[in-house]
Amino acid sequence: MIISIASGKGGTGKTTIATNLALSLEKAQLIDCDVEEPNANIFFKATITDSEEVVVEIPEIDKESCDYCGKCSQFCAYNALAVVPTNVLVFPELCHSCGGCKLVCPKNAITWRKKAIGTIEHGQRGMFDFYQGILNVGEAMAIPVIKTLKKKIDTRKDVILDAPPGTSCPVIETIKSSDYCILVTEPTPFGLHDLKLAVAVVRHLDIPFGVIINRDGLGYKNVELYCHKEKIPILMKILHSEDIAQLYSNGIPFVEKLSVWKERFQHLFNKIRLEVNA
Amino acid sequence: MKQLTIISGKGGTGKTSITAAFAALAKNAVLADCDVDAADLHLILKPEIRKTIGFHGLNIAHINKDLCINCKKCYDACKFDAINKDINLIPESCEGCGVCEFVCPVDAVTMKKRESGFAYLSQTRFGPMAHAMLKTAEEASGKLVTVVRNHAKELAEQQGKEVVIIDGPPGIGCPVIASLTGVDLVLIVTEPTLSAIHDLERILGVASHFTIPAVICINKYDINEHNTQIIEEYCRKQDIPLVGKLSYDTIMIDAMIQEQSVVEFSEGNLTKQITAMWHQVKEQLKI
Repeated sequence: MIISIASGKGGTGKTTIATNLALSLEKAQLIDCDVEEPNANIFFKATITDSEEVVVEIPEIDKESCDYCGKCSQFCAYNALAVVPTNVLVFPELCHSCGGCKLVCPKNAITWRKKAIGTIEHGQRGMFDFYQGILNVGEAMAIPVIKTLKKKIDTRKDVILDAPPGTSCPVIETIKSSDYCILVTEPTPFGLHDLKLAVAVVRHLDIPFGVIINRDGLGYKNVELYCHKEKIPILMKILHSEDIAQLYSNGIPFVEKLSVWKERFQHLFNKIRLEVNA
Repeated sequence: MKQLTIISGKGGTGKTSITAAFAALAKNAVLADCDVDAADLHLILKPEIRKTIGFHGLNIAHINKDLCINCKKCYDACKFDAINKDINLIPESCEGCGVCEFVCPVDAVTMKKRESGFAYLSQTRFGPMAHAMLKTAEEASGKLVTVVRNHAKELAEQQGKEVVIIDGPPGIGCPVIASLTGVDLVLIVTEPTLSAIHDLERILGVASHFTIPAVICINKYDINEHNTQIIEEYCRKQDIPLVGKLSYDTIMIDAMIQEQSVVEFSEGNLTKQITAMWHQVKEQLKI
């Protein structure tokens, strides 16, 4: 079973839920797909044993064969190529590696050059398998890193995917093909607004989902009212607490200190499994 | 005209609440919400939309099954796995490159424009605002950020405003890069948690990669004073100005619920800290 943890708004507690849920199970695969700012291992503390580069293919122009006809730059939907009378400029950070320029070149002047844009790291903690993707600083494209990362999914295991914030491409790439999505929110107007956007995304992708309200009790009831109205299950509420905030700030998963939560997460996980298998 | 972007790396550190407070303090500014995939600034600034502009992101492939001869050339050529074996398009995966249209021998594929969202030019109680809305499951948020930034610049030039205040998205990727290239200063909002400290180093790396000066604000500095000291030490070593330390105060959320910025809502300590920070930022921007 693949469960993804997403939110819309950043900082609502995705990583908190992903790591605490994983650590409440006996074994699982935890994959941090927030490749722009991966934080899960600050809490999870897996020992990283191996890593591999994520490479994309970028066009390289053979200036001997090129006659500067401009067809490649006309075709490129991303403005990654510019042809001037005696040169072709390539902007690697704009390239989506679609391969179109090479296909349209009448002179066969385009070849591929590999460019590293990030890293996948793998590690272990007891019975847990951990992966994280890390986008290189200055690189724009998170998607190829997430795609490479998702190839590591072992479908025989229970898999937890920690998604990035937002609602656009990196989130969709992470959560699509999940069996279930947990949306983490907080009881504030920003939390509610972004929850509605996230709900639209999971409904669009037709993924079963439920909501966890983190920092509950901050004094805004509309998140719960919205969930009731939309018939969205509230899977769990985590009361706003200084203890939990302290543990978080120091990188400690709260199930390790407050063991009652371990049972709650196990219960939650079993409930989700029943729904997914039904 | 100067441009300031408020970013954080990690989400949820308080970018939007601080942007809204700056909007209330700045006397001559244009506001821009560049967190287009989860925009929240409008919840506080309540913009009155004056002009709506359709946004076309990337094109999308359309497959005419009546013409398709099932040769699978498009399936083989697509690098985004956006066409399945039965030659049906998976719209969320299509990045609009046009390779399928090019390789199709029977012209069964055409690339069409997709309405990916809207950009707005608006008026708020604190001045003009540029913002946008990306439709559900649409791509190209970086491109839409650029549209919003261009609108904000135009508004500032037309109305003689001295500064554009940009609320940025979380992360370090494409929409973040689009939010900060070419600005005069970035204000990085962090908090004293190990996660935020980790993300701070990466977002600083992005700012320095694009050679943009950065200043730092520690939000909720009193929730972990030890980590706050670590950040202060880091700022000293890296020679990055620390322009503000803000107390943790649930008044930030109370103000949000009332659809006000915290400086409008309260005259308390947090308002004083944010006001002092705004003066420091102005000094850095030389306005």
